[in-house]
Amino acid sequence: MTPAITAPAAAPGTTRASLEVTRRALRKYFRTPGLFAMGIVQSVMFLFMFRYVFGGAIATGATTYVYYLVPGYVATIVLFTGGGIAVAVAEDRVQGFTDRLLSLPIPRRAIVLGRIIADSSTNAWSICTTAAFGFAFGFRLQGSVADGLAALGLCLVYGIVFTVVFIVIGLAAPSGQAAQGMSMVAFVFAFISSTYVPVSTMPGWLQPFARHQPVTPMVDAVRSALAGSTTDVVLALAWSALLIFAFTPIAILRYRHA
Amino acid sequence: MEAPLLDAAGLTVRFGKVTALDGLSLVAPSGEVLALLGPNGAGKTTFVRTVATLIAPTSGALRVRGNDVARSPLAVRRDIGLAGQYAAVEPVMTGRENLVMTARLFGHPEKAAQRAASIVIEQLSLQEVADRRCRTYSGGQRRRLDLGASLVGAPRLLVLDEPTTGLDPAGRREVWDAVRNLAASGTDVLLTTHYLDEADELADRVVVIDHGKAIASGTLGELKASIGRDVIEITLGEPSRLEAVGQILLHVTSNPPRLDHSGRRAIAPTTDGTSQLAATIQRLNEAAIAVDEIGLRRPTLDEVFLTLTDDHIDLPAPAAASQDGSAR
Repeated sequence: MTPAITAPAAAPGTTRASLEVTRRALRKYFRTPGLFAMGIVQSVMFLFMFRYVFGGAIATGATTYVYYLVPGYVATIVLFTGGGIAVAVAEDRVQGFTDRLLSLPIPRRAIVLGRIIADSSTNAWSICTTAAFGFAFGFRLQGSVADGLAALGLCLVYGIVFTVVFIVIGLAAPSGQAAQGMSMVAFVFAFISSTYVPVSTMPGWLQPFARHQPVTPMVDAVRSALAGSTTDVVLALAWSALLIFAFTPIAILRYRHA
Repeated sequence: MEAPLLDAAGLTVRFGKVTALDGLSLVAPSGEVLALLGPNGAGKTTFVRTVATLIAPTSGALRVRGNDVARSPLAVRRDIGLAGQYAAVEPVMTGRENLVMTARLFGHPEKAAQRAASIVIEQLSLQEVADRRCRTYSGGQRRRLDLGASLVGAPRLLVLDEPTTGLDPAGRREVWDAVRNLAASGTDVLLTTHYLDEADELADRVVVIDHGKAIASGTLGELKASIGRDVIEITLGEPSRLEAVGQILLHVTSNPPRLDHSGRRAIAPTTDGTSQLAATIQRLNEAAIAVDEIGLRRPTLDEVFLTLTDDHIDLPAPAAASQDGSAR
């Protein structure tokens, strides 16, 4: 006769439950070579191509293209790699893992918070690796190290913003494959912005969208921070806060109905 | 008095225009394995998901051990362990890691979580594979681990949604044995299935669901008795006279018989068992039909099920089967 399990004294609180959800998502990320290694390979490959293939043909005024490209690229790298977040969220739902979590006596917000912590951490990892490759491809700090760290800090905040958005995309998608497809929307925001080319080089009808969608001030704020300025930083942080506070409750509500 | 395990009253769940549960009512006592039986799309999974608080009722009420699923979902979640249709285990983690994770999410501190995982591993005979990543598991092992994950919180009620769908016969046996052991050790079990033999193997009490309503419920014996009729079953040595036997059964019992050509059997419900059996034997003798076996018996769960759900299901209904037969 096997000994009996005694029922736990109390259900776990938000912190413990969130960290457990985080731990599992991180294990999945680091134990799945396709997620862990391919993300890096992909981000370095595109950086290489923009820097050395398209770069020569893009006019950025007095600024050398690598100095223009790297801050924008690092700030928006999650828009490229974040599809994986949406896929993971959608697959958890399709494969019944979300149901398991929802049937457990844990706060609903812990499921979302756990994912946000895990994915923001892996995003931080890819942001830092990509930044390192930026330096390897010829980028150098123009201002102080503190300015550089401030810029990196902004990029890490964006990592959280984009994480929340991709979680919502994953929850809206009927399958992992659909989530992958729906994540392509992020490309529109990444490309029609000041990330790769100055907005002034785009056709007039496209410029209003490029100028006023959140990614442009976010990228511009990183460039400002690198130069020791605060131009666009407040606007970028306002967009970040707005997106986080709008999308997190949506994610929590969607999980409730998943 | 102890609250019933499950108490559903007029439980209705709608998804847009689709009514998945249509005023379902049932009461199930504690201490039994309850099987929800019904064809695909009958509402079994919706009911299970409502019990597990994954879906809120549109109207009506459902109490699990006295707790209302809509008003106190957290209390319900503390009482239940859910294993869904898919084995919801993380393939890149080992079996033990999966169990410890779920145990911690049930609220166990680290040491207790480790201990709960070890107990479940032993209970479900997963010792050999416990420290391997789950992606290497067989289907049966994955299902057993999934079952284990629902057990580490010491649930009062284990909720299993089609626990053996997609498993090979050996895998099914493994899961059945595990469920039987759990029930024997005092865990209440609610399971859904569309396999009649599974309900026959595991359940003390069966509720038949069709079109979102409970159309019959009771112990297996009660359910078999509820159609109120024994059946006469005749097995022939060779099938050529099966049609003639069918005619005799129809004549004697006034019930259209079910003809099973591959099994060389003709089966018909009877209201007046022994005298109709005698009349059938007499007519078989007059027609000089030799039989291998003839007898009067209780209906099987399949026959009960077919009678209850009539022709809504994808199994061949009795009338259709005999028409098939006469066309051949």
